[in-house]
Amino acid sequence: MTTDARKKLNGATSATHAATGNIQNALADAAAGVSLRQVTKKYGPVTAVESVTLDIPAGSYCCLLGPSGCGKTTVLRMIAGHEEISSGDVLIGDRRVNDIPAAQRNTSMMFQSYALFPHMTVWQNIEFGLEMKNIPEAERKSRVGEMLELVGLSHLANRKSSQLSGGQQQRIALARALVTRPQVLMLDEPLSALDENLRVQMRTELRRIQKQFGMTFVQVTHHTEEAFSLSDMVVVMSNGRLDQVATPSEMFRTPSSQFVAKFMGDNNIFQGKVRHCVPDPTSGLDLVELEVEGIGSFYSRGQAAPIGSTAACSVRPDLMQIAAVGNTSQPTHRANHITARIVSIEMTGYVTRIVLMEEKTGKDILCKVRTTDWEVESFSEGQVVSLRWSEGNCVFLPY
Amino acid sequence: MAETKKTPFSAHLLTGFFALFVLFLYGPMIAVFLLSLQGPEGQLTFPMRGFSFHWIGAVFGQQRIGNFVEAFGRSFSLGLIVMVITVVFSVLAGLAFRKNFRGSNLVFYLTISSLIVPSILVSLGVGVVFNLLNLPIQWYSSALAGHLTWTLPFAFLIMLGIFGRFNPAYEEAARDMGASDSTTFWRIVFPLIASSVIGVGLLGFTLSYDEFTRTSLISGETNTLPLEIFGMTTNVTSPALYALGTLTTIFSFLLIGIALFTMQKLEQRQNKQEG
Repeated sequence: MTTDARKKLNGATSATHAATGNIQNALADAAAGVSLRQVTKKYGPVTAVESVTLDIPAGSYCCLLGPSGCGKTTVLRMIAGHEEISSGDVLIGDRRVNDIPAAQRNTSMMFQSYALFPHMTVWQNIEFGLEMKNIPEAERKSRVGEMLELVGLSHLANRKSSQLSGGQQQRIALARALVTRPQVLMLDEPLSALDENLRVQMRTELRRIQKQFGMTFVQVTHHTEEAFSLSDMVVVMSNGRLDQVATPSEMFRTPSSQFVAKFMGDNNIFQGKVRHCVPDPTSGLDLVELEVEGIGSFYSRGQAAPIGSTAACSVRPDLMQIAAVGNTSQPTHRANHITARIVSIEMTGYVTRIVLMEEKTGKDILCKVRTTDWEVESFSEGQVVSLRWSEGNCVFLPY
Repeated sequence: MAETKKTPFSAHLLTGFFALFVLFLYGPMIAVFLLSLQGPEGQLTFPMRGFSFHWIGAVFGQQRIGNFVEAFGRSFSLGLIVMVITVVFSVLAGLAFRKNFRGSNLVFYLTISSLIVPSILVSLGVGVVFNLLNLPIQWYSSALAGHLTWTLPFAFLIMLGIFGRFNPAYEEAARDMGASDSTTFWRIVFPLIASSVIGVGLLGFTLSYDEFTRTSLISGETNTLPLEIFGMTTNVTSPALYALGTLTTIFSFLLIGIALFTMQKLEQRQNKQEG
């Protein structure tokens, strides 16, 4: 997109640019929140989504994150009206939409493979939705033109969609979805068909457009990094239920369950039994002592759980301090400590990954260190080291 | 030493084998084709006695070789009727089978297994039923029924394959944008399956145009072209018979050519940049 076009969209004050200003206002005004009230979806005896209650505020970017088969796509399709709701209510704005067909929900969906009509031109693809809504030709023309300008592809108006590159198809699909000025835009794995570089680029673009127009975006993805980088609100699902609803940084810092901690990737998770809980005045949470068989006991922070119950604690790979064994210069507040042997060292660029094996139980441990820092410390493979982390960096996971 | 690109022996072997295969497929047709170009003195068998278009001309002349022109007219019309019914039925059935309705499996297996019922029995059966119901036994009634028992299951199978590959996201996208079911079908689904539909139509036509066994007992007092040609084999003793075979084959190839050309044009229109 040219800076000129962008200026038009941002500014929209001068009379000549009134048309482009219109989308800005129209899209922002349209944005509505989405509420799910105990929404359940059953396919015969199989429950795909179980009693999901969720509020997505207007103007926010929400990502439904989870492994395949967790029900995230079903939730999206129920909001869009492509899947019937077995029980519960779906509200868009204040309107209950359970029985309203997809076309009248004022939502738009961007499909996984974009589903651009291959027998139509780019222009015809974008115009289709307006035509279906019986919008007069003159207005159709100006609105399609605006959208093409917004995604910076005006010059491709007469191409067939099959002649576009992946990134171009993605933009046209976005233009097609936005041209009807939906209250909510649904995106089903919109970046999965793109290669890595393009994916990062389109991610930025999606986020920019969403923010610029203050629209409500609900996106399905199985990619944690994608969800974190895009959203105001991440919803992790597993087995048809919600696991955690949080901002990306909250979720990254304090996953609420073992599932979430594992799904985010590289977290080190220790399972054990709760031995002791005391209120922790500094955090307002509880300080939980967890007995991990064969290794020892770890202190973590979280919500108290019954003494003797099975639970776990999680520590991020970038929050473990590696030190030579017997090095006593470490600050005393680093409450947790294990010794481990370095199995392999992988320099991946900015970050160096160190794979270790706990000495007593053989448990795999992962540490991530900034490459610049690692070059100073420089331990070698096969060496036994001491790993320390504070209870503040250790999240208690009651289930 | 630079290595020269040498075709391995096995490739020659395979090429030879493929040539034999093609010869096997087209050999009989070539034989008929050649014999139809016999000189005026020619007989029904090799060797060739000269070369002429005498017998091709004879087909249209006042030879006693049966009423070929009328039979051709009947077969052509019947083929077109069968084609239209087959296309409409198979597209509708294909659409229905995407819904996975109750009993769809049963209908599927019943339809497919009807293909293995011996053709002559089908012909007999259609005749018996038409008699029972007091319906006329004609090329356009009972023979049509017989042909449909043949073309519908085939076309149905093909349509299932076509819709199996059809991405339902196109329709969902259309509905998402507010298109009604009929608009979705005519503006989105049909244009996308159009070239396959032409293929199904062509198949319906050729299956009907060729059909012999199923028609044999139920074409009434007039013959379709294959029945007429079969009748001629007993009373026509000149290469005009072969000439007729050559002409109908050329006609069939022409049809296939036209259909392929149309399909290609349709696909080109889909892919080509407009304006």
